[in-house]
Amino acid sequence: MTTLTEPRPDTHPSPGRGAQSKARKPLGIDKRPGFLTYGLLIVFFIAGTYPLYWSVIAGSSPSSVLTDTWPPLFPGGLFWQNISAVFDTVPFWMSLLNSVIVSSVITVSVVFFSTLAGYSFAKLKFRGREGLLVFVIATLAVPTQLGIIPLFMVMKQFGWTGTLGAVIVPTLVTAFGVFFMRQYLVDVIPDELIEAARVDGASMLKTFWHVGVPAARPAMAILGLFTFMTAWTDYLWPLLVVPQNPTLQVALSQLQSAKYVDYSIVLAGAVLATIPLLVLFVIAGRHLVSGIMAGAVKG
Amino acid sequence: MTATLTPRPAQTSPEKKAPQKKVRLPLKYRLNRFDVKASPYLYVAPFFILFGLVGLFPLGYTFVVSLNKWNLLTGPAGFVGLDNYVTELNDPFFWNSLFNTLSIFLLSAVPQLIGAVLIAAVLDQNIRAKTFWRMSVLIPYVVTPVAVTLIFSSAFDEKYGLINNLLTSFHLDPVMWKTETLPSHVAIASMVNWRWTGYNALILLAAMQAVPRDIYESAALDGAGAVRRFFSMTLPSIRPTMIFVIITATVGGLQIFTEPKLFNPTTATPGGPQRQYQTTVLYLWDLAFNRQNFGKASAVAWLLFLIIVLFGVLNFLISRRIASTEARVSKRRMARRLTEYNRNKIS
Repeated sequence: MTTLTEPRPDTHPSPGRGAQSKARKPLGIDKRPGFLTYGLLIVFFIAGTYPLYWSVIAGSSPSSVLTDTWPPLFPGGLFWQNISAVFDTVPFWMSLLNSVIVSSVITVSVVFFSTLAGYSFAKLKFRGREGLLVFVIATLAVPTQLGIIPLFMVMKQFGWTGTLGAVIVPTLVTAFGVFFMRQYLVDVIPDELIEAARVDGASMLKTFWHVGVPAARPAMAILGLFTFMTAWTDYLWPLLVVPQNPTLQVALSQLQSAKYVDYSIVLAGAVLATIPLLVLFVIAGRHLVSGIMAGAVKG
Repeated sequence: MTATLTPRPAQTSPEKKAPQKKVRLPLKYRLNRFDVKASPYLYVAPFFILFGLVGLFPLGYTFVVSLNKWNLLTGPAGFVGLDNYVTELNDPFFWNSLFNTLSIFLLSAVPQLIGAVLIAAVLDQNIRAKTFWRMSVLIPYVVTPVAVTLIFSSAFDEKYGLINNLLTSFHLDPVMWKTETLPSHVAIASMVNWRWTGYNALILLAAMQAVPRDIYESAALDGAGAVRRFFSMTLPSIRPTMIFVIITATVGGLQIFTEPKLFNPTTATPGGPQRQYQTTVLYLWDLAFNRQNFGKASAVAWLLFLIIVLFGVLNFLISRRIASTEARVSKRRMARRLTEYNRNKIS
């Protein structure tokens, strides 16, 4: 899995193999690319970051800036003022805490149950295994979001609307997580290792804990990262069940649900709400990249 | 596995005292057997139980609701068979929502795929600071859809928006991004494109890197230029991954909600004053939770479900066909080209 990110270690000739690399260069395959490539990369970089940078500018300026023909190049000095307007309009800190709780619980649950089921599908033999696995794969593409109406009725019946439990429960497990862990574990644990643990007298659960989980750790980290991000960005369902006790996304959207929209406050809020994931990106962006390249799909 | 493990209690037990042997051995043996037999099921059970309860049951029950007259507040009010489906299939608003969904989907899927292939091709070169550039195309992905929509809906504002300001400064007419149908679709699609293109580029990049390098080298040796190599070697070999990207984009794209919901909060109807960009999930939302008609909304949910399944099956069939013919054709084409190149070299 991790090897996928660097799948051709032998293609870039190291300086040591001078003769060989000189022989290859005229073919134009692995030569260092020219200005055009870096120019395009810079264009991509600007296209990817400018909307965010522009939000920083607009979020730190008076809203009159938006009527100017050319946007200013640098942030203004009103960021804190706009931020305090954000705090006055929506319960920012509470919603941030709610989002942290919701996303963390969902992540722990999805990762745990996916590892357990994925291990069983990958390494244990039982009657009906193939059929059940096909079922898991078939449900990968099922849009469970379309079941919101009965789900909402049930939450109302139980009196759960308004509580974080209502946000958490529908996403405690995902078919994708099970499939992802199964695909990873099927190659990574040798059968002999499990048999050895069993011969040594370990119970099935102990074998899972001491052989399965340590081997699954890299995949668990990637699955956890994506599950966390998916839970964090979710909007439709939280908007439905916890409009008064909002998650961060719901609170953020409430910034503009007024007759008159003050964009500098809205954008200050958008910037503020993006900071947590940007921090996560700085810490774990490398793993996000390798996770996506290893075949992690959209959650 | 059972065969190798069952003798274990028997082997260890002789060390123990004789009187205990009779009682403990069968129990331990049976416990172990139970452990081996039941554990696999116990490990997958939580997933199936929870997924059944919160994933499949609601989806199935949506069908039951759709067969009834059902109000959000007053509850079920009689079985009506397929009436809700008939009403919806005759409702111009339903077809309008479906048209908007497909239009936004096409406007996002096609440019996104082209952009992703381009970015992946650039990243696939032997560039310096690889990790930095790869990470940089992923930055939009960490901005949540709600934040993206807020940012873009401010930029697309008709009076004060950044984009119309720039257009007027070039003496062009401002575009009515939030009131005209096609411009609003373009604006919403651009939000999706901005967030997902880099992500998909990384998936395609992984596929490009899996192409064996020596094929490129031999083609280059035979005089195929970079552009030629890209179109006749890179593109065909990443086609399965492109289909995978299309399938995931379809399932997500047909359920688009956040962007049209928040694009213009000042309108009374979600999805534009004349429903110019009201997508099907947004229509479903409006029907269920504003107009409180659970019966009809459930019928819409099931119609959309069937459409998504249909798209999924179509995608699957097409991709399988392409995969099998592709393998044959490309092998033949490659062989033909190689002989052509060799002939040209000789002459």
